[in-house]
Amino acid sequence: MLMTVNQATATSVDQNAVVEARKLGLTFQTNDGPVRALADVDLTINKGEFVSFIGPSGCGKTTFLRVIADLEQPTEGKISINGMTPEQAREARAYGYVFQAAALFPWRTIESNVGLPLEIIGLSKAEQQERIKRTMDLVNLSGFEKKYPWQLSGGMQQRASIARALAFDADLLLMDEPFGALDEIVRDHLNEQLLRLWRQTNKTICFVTHSIPEAVYLSTRIVVMSPRPGRVTDVIESTLPTERPLDIRESPEFLAIAARVRDGLRAGHSYED
Amino acid sequence: MMNSKPSWQAGLALVLCAVAMATVPILTAEATAPMSSGMTSLVVGLIALPAVASFAMFSGLASAAVLFVGAHGAAWLLISGIAGNEGTARMPYFLLLAAAWLLAWRCVAVLSAIRPVSTQVRTLLRLLIPAIFGAWILIIWEAVTRGAGVPFILLPPPSAIAARIGNSLPILLADVRQTIFKAVLFGYIVGCASGFAVAILADRVPFLRKGLLPIGNMVSALPIIGVAPIMVIWFGFEWQSKAAVVIIMTFFPMLVNTVAGLAASGHMERDLMRTYASNYWQTLFKLRLPAAAPFIFNALKINSTLALIGAIVAEFFGTPIVGMGFRISTEIGRMNVDMVWAEIAVAALAGSVFYGVVALIERATTFWHPSVRGGRA
Ligand SMILES: Nc1ncnc2c1ncn2[C@@H]1O[C@H](COP(=O)(O)OP(=O)(O)O)[C@@H](O)[C@H]1O
Ligand SMILES: [Mg+2]
Repeated sequence: MLMTVNQATATSVDQNAVVEARKLGLTFQTNDGPVRALADVDLTINKGEFVSFIGPSGCGKTTFLRVIADLEQPTEGKISINGMTPEQAREARAYGYVFQAAALFPWRTIESNVGLPLEIIGLSKAEQQERIKRTMDLVNLSGFEKKYPWQLSGGMQQRASIARALAFDADLLLMDEPFGALDEIVRDHLNEQLLRLWRQTNKTICFVTHSIPEAVYLSTRIVVMSPRPGRVTDVIESTLPTERPLDIRESPEFLAIAARVRDGLRAGHSYED
Repeated sequence: MMNSKPSWQAGLALVLCAVAMATVPILTAEATAPMSSGMTSLVVGLIALPAVASFAMFSGLASAAVLFVGAHGAAWLLISGIAGNEGTARMPYFLLLAAAWLLAWRCVAVLSAIRPVSTQVRTLLRLLIPAIFGAWILIIWEAVTRGAGVPFILLPPPSAIAARIGNSLPILLADVRQTIFKAVLFGYIVGCASGFAVAILADRVPFLRKGLLPIGNMVSALPIIGVAPIMVIWFGFEWQSKAAVVIIMTFFPMLVNTVAGLAASGHMERDLMRTYASNYWQTLFKLRLPAAAPFIFNALKINSTLALIGAIVAEFFGTPIVGMGFRISTEIGRMNVDMVWAEIAVAALAGSVFYGVVALIERATTFWHPSVRGGRA
């Protein structure tokens, strides 16, 4: 795995660990009684990894990402981000989060949506402009700066929301089914772009999906999860090269990994009734 | 073109013309200046010819133009013919008036069916159609009150009201200055601003929100205008007591709407701001207030109407000798109903302008909202 020395933020014992979860659990108190969304999750995500989370709906993928992002508080176990608590990491703006929907503000143009986090950090106007331009180029949205979100297609909106997370320029990118609502062709295209981007920027990416080919195509590591309670049932290291053209998806190596993921998902299911 | 085909409006207009012709004269024998038979034929011609012409197959625009000229020409002749002969109209007068009105109706129907390509023409049509509609309310009002000789006290004709407005401009201006530029504007600005400020405060302080909101919801539904006499006792006869009524009336709608608006932003958007470690004020100004704008403008529009009602009615309970409400209540006592109507007309105009300005600002500010841009959510 690709590893560079982690600067500044790392106070953790393991210099390369970006996310470290130990016996992590989260139980939601609902009106219908407690719901165990996560149980006994042990996972270390190192710098520069592209980790996909895959599993059936309701297995706690979103919840895990939200715990990393300090949008939910765990009820058991421990988690650290760059050696800090999730809250400290959030305050330190350690990650960018891409939600399932684009969540662009309709009263802002695309460029000013991308610049939103930069305004909040308080960057200078010039620095904002420079970063907006760079990230909009990165996601192929140049020329659409002055458009409003509702004037763009779903795929372009999602690209804008990725640009917004990238403009933030955190080393960790959390993405929750960002392409879930898009059609296959747009999705393939965005997968390619995302992979290129990850190689260029050397970020750590946590990517939730429920598509096996998407997970295998993108990841250096695939975390298979199963529901009730949500837990990790398998972690699969990818043997694919870093350079991945779209047609790698027909290679025997790719299909073998996909088969392992499928088996993992099935094994997870067998716990149920 | 589908626009120029036989229509029931034009057909009925022709029937009415025929009945009117059979029952002439238009005015009774008491009329001091009876309508000549030439004049009568001219009115009938102005209605019948366009009605027949509108059956022919020419373009919608041409047919609308002919109908427009016929309807309004006939109405004009009827109204000028009744001048000096008030109360002497016989059945044919009303039949012809009804026939002219049917033509105008047909004209509007033809105009609404036109699908113009250029945006200028579309805007023109969008203004023209309600203008014809409004004009006919005035035409019928004028023709019927004069023709039937409706007592002035009951309902003066619009022309008399217009003449009264023209003759009383200084008084009306002084009343507008007193009521609108002092009581309404001051009360509206202070009431809306304080409702907004308290809404933000309630957002910050949960116990305020829990205590104030149910009261706000309840008070919004009350006829607050009843406190007007008390405000007069508290703040005196001058405009300050009216402004106080307006403040109370506008405060709660603004409070309730703003609080509802502040809750309108989505969970995902708020989570997004949280991931940026955005502070309370940043989230408020960059997310929650823009998302609340449609709610806030709703309150601003409701309040523009409430403020005007509040200030005028509050003046019924005691004022110095100026003000729109004061004028209405004293002139009605002196049987000067035209002056009362003049004030009502000015109030209606002022209210429409006020509402229109707020609505224009709303359109410019919440251009992104699906209800304004006419798109999907
Ligand atoms: N805020 C919440 N309150 C109560 N239950 C929740 C909440 N969020 C998620 N859950 C429950 O936790 C479980 C995991 O949800 P989630 O993480 O969204 O699953 P996934 O993203 O894998 O589909 C589900 O059973 C879901 O109903
Ligand atoms: Mg999910």
